[in-house]
Amino acid sequence: MSFAVSMLVFLGIASIMGTVLKQNEPYESYIIKLGQFWFVYFENIGLYDVYHSIWFLIILLFLVLSTTLCIIKSTPAILKDFSVFKDSLEEKSLLSFTHHFVIKNKKDVSTSKVLQYLKQSKYKIKDKLKENGDFLIVAKKGDYQPIGYILTHIGVVIICIGGLLDGNLIFKAQELLGYKKIETLDIPASKVPEVSRLNVSNTSFRANMTLAEGSSDKVAYVREKDGYLVQELPFKITLKDFRIYHYSTGMPKSFESDIVISDPDLPQDITKTISVNHPFTYKGIAIYQSDFQDGGTKLNIKLQHLFNSNSTRNIDGRIFDKVKLDKDQITYEFNDFRKFNILNLKKGEKEKPRNVGPSVTYKVRNSSGQAREYLSYQYAMPIEGRSFFISGMRETPQEEFKYLKIPADAKGSIDEFMLFKDALQNKILIESVAKKMANQSASGADKNSNVQESFETSVNKLMTLFAQGGFSNIAQNIDKNIPASEKEKAVQTYLKIIDIASSEIYKAKLNVADKDLNETRILFIQDALNAYSDLFFYGVPYYFDLISYEQKEASGLQLTKSPGQFWVYLGSLSLVLGIFSMIYLHERKLWLLIKAKGGVIVALSSNRQNIDFENDFKKLIQEIKKIIQ
Amino acid sequence: MFNKLFKSSKATFEAFNVFYLAFLLGGAFYALNAFHTYMDAYEKVILFGSVGFFSWLGWKWNHFKKSMILVFVISLLSIYLYQGDLANNEQIFLLKYLIASQSAIMWMNVFFVLALLLYWLGLLTKNNLTDNIASTFTFIAVMFGFIGLLVRWYESYLMGLDIGHIPISNLYEVFVLFCLITSLLYLFYEERFNTKKLGAFVLIVINAAVGFILWYTFDRHADGVQPLVPALQSYWMKIHVPANFIGYGSFALAAMVSVAYLFSGKKILSSYLPKLVVLDDLIYKSIAIGFIFFTIATILGAIWAAEAWGGYWTWDPKETWALIVWLNYAAWLHYRIVKGLRGTILAWWALIGLVITTFAFLGVNMFLSGLHSYGEL
Ligand code: HEM
Repeated sequence: MSFAVSMLVFLGIASIMGTVLKQNEPYESYIIKLGQFWFVYFENIGLYDVYHSIWFLIILLFLVLSTTLCIIKSTPAILKDFSVFKDSLEEKSLLSFTHHFVIKNKKDVSTSKVLQYLKQSKYKIKDKLKENGDFLIVAKKGDYQPIGYILTHIGVVIICIGGLLDGNLIFKAQELLGYKKIETLDIPASKVPEVSRLNVSNTSFRANMTLAEGSSDKVAYVREKDGYLVQELPFKITLKDFRIYHYSTGMPKSFESDIVISDPDLPQDITKTISVNHPFTYKGIAIYQSDFQDGGTKLNIKLQHLFNSNSTRNIDGRIFDKVKLDKDQITYEFNDFRKFNILNLKKGEKEKPRNVGPSVTYKVRNSSGQAREYLSYQYAMPIEGRSFFISGMRETPQEEFKYLKIPADAKGSIDEFMLFKDALQNKILIESVAKKMANQSASGADKNSNVQESFETSVNKLMTLFAQGGFSNIAQNIDKNIPASEKEKAVQTYLKIIDIASSEIYKAKLNVADKDLNETRILFIQDALNAYSDLFFYGVPYYFDLISYEQKEASGLQLTKSPGQFWVYLGSLSLVLGIFSMIYLHERKLWLLIKAKGGVIVALSSNRQNIDFENDFKKLIQEIKKIIQ
Repeated sequence: MFNKLFKSSKATFEAFNVFYLAFLLGGAFYALNAFHTYMDAYEKVILFGSVGFFSWLGWKWNHFKKSMILVFVISLLSIYLYQGDLANNEQIFLLKYLIASQSAIMWMNVFFVLALLLYWLGLLTKNNLTDNIASTFTFIAVMFGFIGLLVRWYESYLMGLDIGHIPISNLYEVFVLFCLITSLLYLFYEERFNTKKLGAFVLIVINAAVGFILWYTFDRHADGVQPLVPALQSYWMKIHVPANFIGYGSFALAAMVSVAYLFSGKKILSSYLPKLVVLDDLIYKSIAIGFIFFTIATILGAIWAAEAWGGYWTWDPKETWALIVWLNYAAWLHYRIVKGLRGTILAWWALIGLVITTFAFLGVNMFLSGLHSYGEL
């Protein structure tokens, strides 16, 4: 395989490596994925940032070097060939061309007709009367084709050099020599020591900054390996406002930031709006809209106690802040707020995703430091024709959320469930319902007070068990106390009793008459019982009810300084022109010797042997013969 | 189809070219007049750039010109029938069954399938008439495809002024584009090289794309118009994506001709197919065209990325795979041009090239994640 080809293939394979393993992830995720042993090994050979690793750079340098050598080697010959017409060829050498033909003994050839034909065929022409009276026409066309070779390869070299300019070579060298060090601690920018700072004169960087609405900053962060560097900026950026526009479907349509640039060099601040695809460049630094996050939204939350309604309370929180509940020894940590959530509620069907309103993600940490993560939505959302308040919980970030689904009442609020759940826990109410049920069951045939009493006791016991632990508590009880052969039947009976008892409790608590216990309410009771059972696995004794919020957003900006960009574009232009001329221009050299003694010799050559050349040659024979004979 | 229709004197040919140019310019000026408030300077350049490109193509290629005129007229008819109300695609017979965008694209699929069958019939029976019909069917399929896309463009604006956009922004749409470009490239060479025997091979890859479109439509219901995410809202999309697909289409064509080459080299069907040197030349030409467009597309992509993501090259998997495809064909061209190598090895290589290209086009979306936001399966 030729050298150029092997280099291209080698570079290709090297590039594939970086797409197999996801690049520039946080180091912890590599440790999880690869295990500690392989993690270290892979880090040493730079597999987490292949395209900036030493060995990849060496391949690129090698490519640049050899291509440069190739250009240097071939250019003089190409340029010489471009500028001269080879008019020193003799008859003998023309006859040695693979593509030549001879018209014998023809005299009085009209040179002007031949010249005219060649001109028409877009040849550049030079003619010469030789000392022996022979007339030699030298013609060529497509002679920019070999120049294309130079343009192409120079283009490649310029692109690579431009790319290297924008790479982090200087930092790499400084890091190697110990002048610079990556900061890995999560500390404020002002505390980051000098070794991890890049000053204003840095010629090329790609950095990020996050600004909350109303705040400003003079530094940005460059991510490197498992840490970052602080890049100082020659101006201050303030975020005045950040906006998201939505399509009618709820999908985001545009992200926009109003920024103000303050620079001591300027008499006046610059105010600009940037958005995706519309960056703003100042002092060689391009400022892009890259992403967004919460900037510290204020929240007002009603924490509804799930087992003791007297403990229900309101708290004020703020994203990125914490609230400690001393009584429960737990801490709420608010992580993120989203005003819009576009969800596809009917999976698999041809249903448009819809906006289900605001949500908050937060962690609840107990006194021993363990935390569960929660996701709560403000409003109920429709699922299978009914309406539920959804709240997700997971113990570790790797897990999927498990959802608590609390049915909403006819008014779309959670109040009815809360009342119902209080009633389920109300001993007095349970007792009275048990009594009522016992009375009803006995009101028929025989009045056996013993049976009636024991029925009342079991209803009472069953509902107390349910109140204390939901369905799973009852299941445990059955497992413990009832022989396997009768389990099936017991389950049936118990479920039926719970059904009836809870309807009674529901009616009593909410003052619903028998005739008003319709289908919707029955379904509500079912859903509520299920939700109630799930409360015992929810991990925190409060339901998170977002009452109101005051949104504050933060915009993620990317700042880049890339002096190599111009060179990359210039190189690309050269590359395109070069490839175009190399592929689409057909280089032809033609000699036509009209001998004084009579007879004509025509020779045609090209640097490519292919069908087009053969066809051109055939056509040439035809046409010249037509003209001359 | 129209082969004999317009083949008359040079003067009428010239007149027809002028008419065609006037037709395109008229359309462009109408669009400019009606919609200039919605267009930025670049889009105006692109509008007239495409008039230039389409008239150049039409000038070089008479059949293309005629089909384009028909395509535009029928699309205008479809737009007229809509009367500005999207609901009409269920109400008006002609729209519902023929020239609403999704119906037109279905007809495209049908004609591609028929063309494939006929090309094989023609190849195996050495029947030229069958070949001609197959070729005509391919042309009709292309026309239906173009009508489908143009009408879809209009339909997207009926869904909402802010939703409307050029229909090359999701996998369904670009697969249609792929079918159209690959067939056009093939039809062009078919005429130039006067060989209709290769259709049997080229239509295979087109029908694979048709299969994808059908699966995408009926199984995934992903044939609807979706609004554009912010990163895609750029005039760059209008040139980057088509340029890319001319590249993909040419590489696909080269690979399918390579299959014919390999068969023929093994003396299978060789008496039915064009000579090996012709096939070899066609592979080269097709890769050459693909290469230049792919180069331009990649560079445009870089310029776009510089504007949207803040860096012309971020080693995002899609970019990296574009580079790998580019390097592969650059190596191929070196072999061919520098070493003057021909034949079986290069044919195999062009075929493998299609595998790499397909991975860059689809595989990256399926298996690797990155910034490229469209075309999730
Ligand atoms: C990354 C891109 C490229 C690199 C690194 C590269 C490298 C080289 C090198 C090192 C040579 C001379 C050594 C040899 O003959 O083996 C060469 C020759 C050549 N390359 Fe490239 N090349 C690149 C792109 C291209 C492209 C895109 C084309 C054409 C489409 C091309 C066409 C040629 C030709 C025609 C020669 C032969 C010149 C001669 O005969 O002296 N190259 N290339």
